[in-house]
Amino acid sequence: MDKDMPSSSTWAVEARGIEKTYGETRALRGIDLTVNRGECIVIFGPNGAGKTTLLKILSMLIKPSAGSVRLDGIDISKKAAQIKRRISLVGNQTFLYDNLTVYENLKFYGRMYDVIDLEKRIRDVISWVQLESRLHDRAGTLSRGLQQRASFARAVLHDPSILFLDEPDVGLDPHASAMVSEILGNINSGSRTVVMTTHNLERGLELGDSVIILEKGRVVYRASRQELKGADFRQIYNRYTETGK
Amino acid sequence: MNKTFTKVFTIFWKDILTELRTREIIISVLVFALLVLVIFSFAFGTGVDVTEMAAPGILWVALTFGGVIGLNRTFALEKENSRLEGLMLCPVDRAVIYWGKLAGSFTFMLALAVVVTPIFLALFNLPVFLPRLVLVIVLALIGFAAVGTLFSALAVNTRARDIMLPILFLPVVVPVIVSAVKATAPVLTGAPWADMSTWLQILVAFDIIYLVAGTIVFEYVIEE
Repeated sequence: MDKDMPSSSTWAVEARGIEKTYGETRALRGIDLTVNRGECIVIFGPNGAGKTTLLKILSMLIKPSAGSVRLDGIDISKKAAQIKRRISLVGNQTFLYDNLTVYENLKFYGRMYDVIDLEKRIRDVISWVQLESRLHDRAGTLSRGLQQRASFARAVLHDPSILFLDEPDVGLDPHASAMVSEILGNINSGSRTVVMTTHNLERGLELGDSVIILEKGRVVYRASRQELKGADFRQIYNRYTETGK
Repeated sequence: MNKTFTKVFTIFWKDILTELRTREIIISVLVFALLVLVIFSFAFGTGVDVTEMAAPGILWVALTFGGVIGLNRTFALEKENSRLEGLMLCPVDRAVIYWGKLAGSFTFMLALAVVVTPIFLALFNLPVFLPRLVLVIVLALIGFAAVGTLFSALAVNTRARDIMLPILFLPVVVPVIVSAVKATAPVLTGAPWADMSTWLQILVAFDIIYLVAGTIVFEYVIEE
């Protein structure tokens, strides 16, 4: 079998022995991570635990120092363009151009992804994030919350099967945060796989099918939602992280 | 091939549209370049000696340093709001991003030259219609944009990027500047093609070297 082709593996994300070093600093120390297709996994951890670095490696923004990653069964070091069509990333930065309208931003990214029937797709995603009335406003004139909704529209424009969310609710006021939560709530409906990092334990537990705690570049805890039933997760989090001790 | 070109054009058009909305680059660059021309025209005056000895250098000082200011903004736009990450997530070869940004840089520098050159020719009492000068400018600006886009991407990740870009860019682009100055002099004095052909060939050679090197190296420049 061609090892670069999608395997029959059930893993949407399969990372083995991921390490990342920056000079003397070891940001990630041998991460093994598997995520089922359609699963939403939430990664918790204090600042500097390596959450963003891990997500950047999984979304192919940076290369790991060691280890391998397969997304949808495909080795990311072999078929970059093919994989990039299947993934997307929403961070706390929106990647939007302030001086272009929301429509122009979506059109720009849609063309970069060769989205078929782009006009219809833009209408669909903009309706999904409920931004129809601001479609032709410049992105820079939108509030932080609305920009983040536009960022979600950008991220799902090419209908990725795997979505990486890096603290998508950072810097949002409670109202905007609630709106983003609503989007997050139905973002993995269907078969979309979601890997999300957050500091918000309550929201993470609400959304995740399983959770991971990352500490000093290592996975120190993993549990499914069922396994966590009735448990005090904050206490678990504090037990496993340096900040909690 | 067609899809690649479409994506290069998409990045290019996005930069043009952004600049048309903000006029952030073109105004600052134009003001600087025009100031250089006016100061030099007062310092040197006009005359045959000036046309032969100083005028080509004056034009290229204005275009080079004006261009550096513009090049500084090429990737600064992508750095804000982590837009470069957004571009890098797209399923395109890194070279596509390089060529898209290069096309934008070239267009901005060409726009600068289109405004500055006639003013320069008028200030130094030179004929305004010089088709050979257009060729020299286009060839030199291709080399400038090829190197400048690469170093702009490199400098944007440094803390003092405004200072870093000229330090990195100018030494590497010296062959283009020298060739451009040497090729401009015969145009301004009305000397024959033969006097400038060697310099034009050098410009073409450096353009090819820089374009090929930039396309290959860019991938490593924007990593991390």
